[in-house]
Amino acid sequence: MSEIQIELEILRYDPEKDREPHFETYAVTCQDDWMVLDAINYVKDHLDTTLSYRWSCHMAVCGSCGMMIDGEPKLACKAPVSNYANQKARIEPLANFPIERDLVVVMDDFMDKLKRVKPFVIRKEEKPIEEGEYRQSPAELKKYKQFTLCINCLCCYAACPQYALIPEFIGPAALTMAHRYNQDSRDQGLAERHDEVAAPVGAWDCSFAGECSEVCPKHVDPAAALQQLKIATTVQWYKGLIGMGGK
Amino acid sequence: MQLIDTDIAIVGAGGAGLRTAIAIAESNPQLKIALISKVYPMRSHTCAAEGGAAGVIKQDDSLDLHFIDTVGGGDWLSDQDVVEYFVNEAPKELLQLDHWGCPWSREPDGSVAVRPFGGMKMKRTWFAADKSGFHILHTLFQTSLKYESIKRFDEFFSIDLLVSDGHCRGVVAMEMKSGQLYRFNAKAVVMATGGAGRMFPFSTNGAIKTGDGTAMAYRAGVPTKDMEFVQYHPTGLLSTGILLTEGCRGEGGVLRNKDGHRYLQDYGMGPETPLGKTVLKTMELGPRDRLSQAFWHEQQKGNTIATRWGESVYLDMTHLGEKLINERLPLVRDLSITYAGVDPVTDPVPIRPVVHYMMGGIHTNIDAETTIPGLFAVGETACASLNGANRLGSNSLTELLVFGKRAAANAVQYAHGLASARNEAEIQAQADKVEAKVREIVQRSGGTESIAGIRKEMADSLESGAGIYRTEETLQQTCDTIRELRKRYRGIELHDKSNVFNTDLFQALELGNLLELAQTVAEGALARKESRGSHQRLDFEARDDDNYLKHTLAYYQGEDAPRIDYHDVVITRSQPGVRDYSGDGK
Amino acid sequence: MAYVRPVSKTSWYLARRSYTVHMLQELTSIFVGMFALILLWGISAVAGGPDTYQAFLDSLRSPVMVVILWVSTVVMFYHAVAWFSVTPKAMPIQRGEEFVPAGIIAGAHYAAWFVVSLLVLLLAGVF
Repeated sequence: MSEIQIELEILRYDPEKDREPHFETYAVTCQDDWMVLDAINYVKDHLDTTLSYRWSCHMAVCGSCGMMIDGEPKLACKAPVSNYANQKARIEPLANFPIERDLVVVMDDFMDKLKRVKPFVIRKEEKPIEEGEYRQSPAELKKYKQFTLCINCLCCYAACPQYALIPEFIGPAALTMAHRYNQDSRDQGLAERHDEVAAPVGAWDCSFAGECSEVCPKHVDPAAALQQLKIATTVQWYKGLIGMGGK
Repeated sequence: MQLIDTDIAIVGAGGAGLRTAIAIAESNPQLKIALISKVYPMRSHTCAAEGGAAGVIKQDDSLDLHFIDTVGGGDWLSDQDVVEYFVNEAPKELLQLDHWGCPWSREPDGSVAVRPFGGMKMKRTWFAADKSGFHILHTLFQTSLKYESIKRFDEFFSIDLLVSDGHCRGVVAMEMKSGQLYRFNAKAVVMATGGAGRMFPFSTNGAIKTGDGTAMAYRAGVPTKDMEFVQYHPTGLLSTGILLTEGCRGEGGVLRNKDGHRYLQDYGMGPETPLGKTVLKTMELGPRDRLSQAFWHEQQKGNTIATRWGESVYLDMTHLGEKLINERLPLVRDLSITYAGVDPVTDPVPIRPVVHYMMGGIHTNIDAETTIPGLFAVGETACASLNGANRLGSNSLTELLVFGKRAAANAVQYAHGLASARNEAEIQAQADKVEAKVREIVQRSGGTESIAGIRKEMADSLESGAGIYRTEETLQQTCDTIRELRKRYRGIELHDKSNVFNTDLFQALELGNLLELAQTVAEGALARKESRGSHQRLDFEARDDDNYLKHTLAYYQGEDAPRIDYHDVVITRSQPGVRDYSGDGK
Repeated sequence: MAYVRPVSKTSWYLARRSYTVHMLQELTSIFVGMFALILLWGISAVAGGPDTYQAFLDSLRSPVMVVILWVSTVVMFYHAVAWFSVTPKAMPIQRGEEFVPAGIIAGAHYAAWFVVSLLVLLLAGVF
């Protein structure tokens, strides 16, 4: 069993005790196949039980453990400690979100914005269950499939320079959800989502820095979705001008 | 203490909780729903389910076959009225998910595709690549955003139920970001908090699977049922326990021991099927309990491969081809590479059985009712019993939907029939007790025990004494250890005294829940002197229908071990038979 | 109280190398705009008759303008390359279950650029 030594410099903040966040350093002996999350769990279990953070699945599908590791937004459960062997790794809560406590950020803004884009199937008429499934060819599924992979980890928001500067910006993940449904052959809600998505704080505040897609741990490519949304909302706007808005 | 008045409180916002909430909102939009969860809904462990959800849809399949597969798979401990209802409703629920936008994988003609799954005679597992649970959860969560009547209380840690005049009247929960306690007054409460696999050291389960709801109902006087039936999923990654779906074998993956031999044929599941051609309900598509047990035997015989993380066998998918794996098992490929350093396209993946699911849970009937009027339970936290002594893969995701809907209907009916007067004094007194309990834990000083230490001792004891194979000695040892640990639990001191997101406190509460439930597992297993499904005794190797064709009930006795009792199984049209997973004569 | 970490509105782009590169790419649009203005100036010079047009051509030959035009040309190339490399993301083309590879979409843009440039040079009498 080979072992790796690392030092975790973890940001701590308890609003009941601290006026400002500060760092505390922990030395951890890790197994060589550990992820940073395993090292953080070790800190909590054996060195400092007051450390608070979110985690659950440890397989990069629940989205709980997003945090800044050496300034990069990552899932702690997918960041091998071997990348930080014999070094100090700086662990901070996800950027661009207020800090609730230690590594726990306030996610309310995202939850509100997700709801605003109406991320559910909207149809003029529902087909009765007795008539079976909506037929959807493998090609039609492929059209939006990639955008369904978002685990809402918010790494994209932490990376996005526009979200950092413009807190009202709806942001990569929420907008990608709008696009995912717009592209789903079963959905007819594009017109209904238009106002939110076509607003300045919608797709148009995106400056295509592309950071979101760089950091996305599930390769959703939200940047692509946002550029496609820009084109789609423009088309929809023109359609609206000539009375084909389909509302 | 803050007071929240609602009509129906749902504890847990995974697949079961969300389905229940949506069903109530659709049928009765005027009812107020409080959806309470200790995590944001997208984090619920439903997201980790991979393989799929079963429902009869193809022409050559039948509800009858699904029924037979499930009852046999459960080693006849399933309640057959529950199974009957389940197989009937399953296809409708899965179609409803399609209408809500679930990205089911498709046949070329655009109809929903199904894949083979363990213990099933016909292909009937609907799937969304190998992220079925993830897509089901997100579909349900996003759909739930349509309904104004669903008020979510995200990151509220539920602690205890409120029961007054023999009725469940609500629940006390702590707002995690502030430490503020909330008393939810409800006409009905639905428990949907999932299983408690974290009591074992090695599981597919996420951190949150600590059985909080099961323990709450247990402490309130509802017995747990069949807790000793713990499912080991045959294929978990070695170091982490991360799940590799049964779908790997459904698509044709095979299990090999250290000699490359497909050993399952030596355990009554042969004959060996050609590579890449599955024969349903045989070999690698046998039921999970038999496959995990076969591993144990192979280990005894020295046929397993020793690794630095313990013994293993190989899950070989190298003959499936990169295209198929990328199309149908992309997450499996990603997980193997990330967490095991192995690419399944080119190399066999070392795996071993890992705790995955609890067949047992809160004792409920076909209507999701518990023994306390007004308290309902759905999903892994409950035991209806659909799954009996061993669950077939892909039945549980469908179970969330079918019984979520049924629980909703029954909870609504109950809420409408309820007289609104409540015994305020009695309820507040109980709520005050919860407050005192929390304060005591937080303010305790001079403790000598650590949460991680007790957790590890509990988990190790369960693994060694109540694992895949059990004996009187090992189980007795575990029972004694757990009893001791429950006492030592009171010696835990929290170093974190903050009110703001105090995970030291949450972990302490979770550990308390796990210890209580661990006792029901160990004591139930000790009392069941037979082998059935996933409960295997080396000292009682045969199934004993005369004495044990019944459910184990465990009643909370405070500091003492639970009182064990038994409850009949509902048998309608399938008498206990032989579970035959061989390909001979088929 | 939740703690909000301040973000500098004036130096945020220095925090990460990728942000700085992104802003430099954005700055190339200034050169694009400038080039367009020079073209407009040229068009109005043509409209003004042969004398104003000759004056316009003479100003383009001044040392300062030559430097500006060369720098602009280089920057415009960089702008076009950066633009073409991300265009496929904005316009996915699906053929059956597969997407047309990004290289082909970008390649088509380069090809069109080449063809149009040839046409313009032909019309300008360069060939």
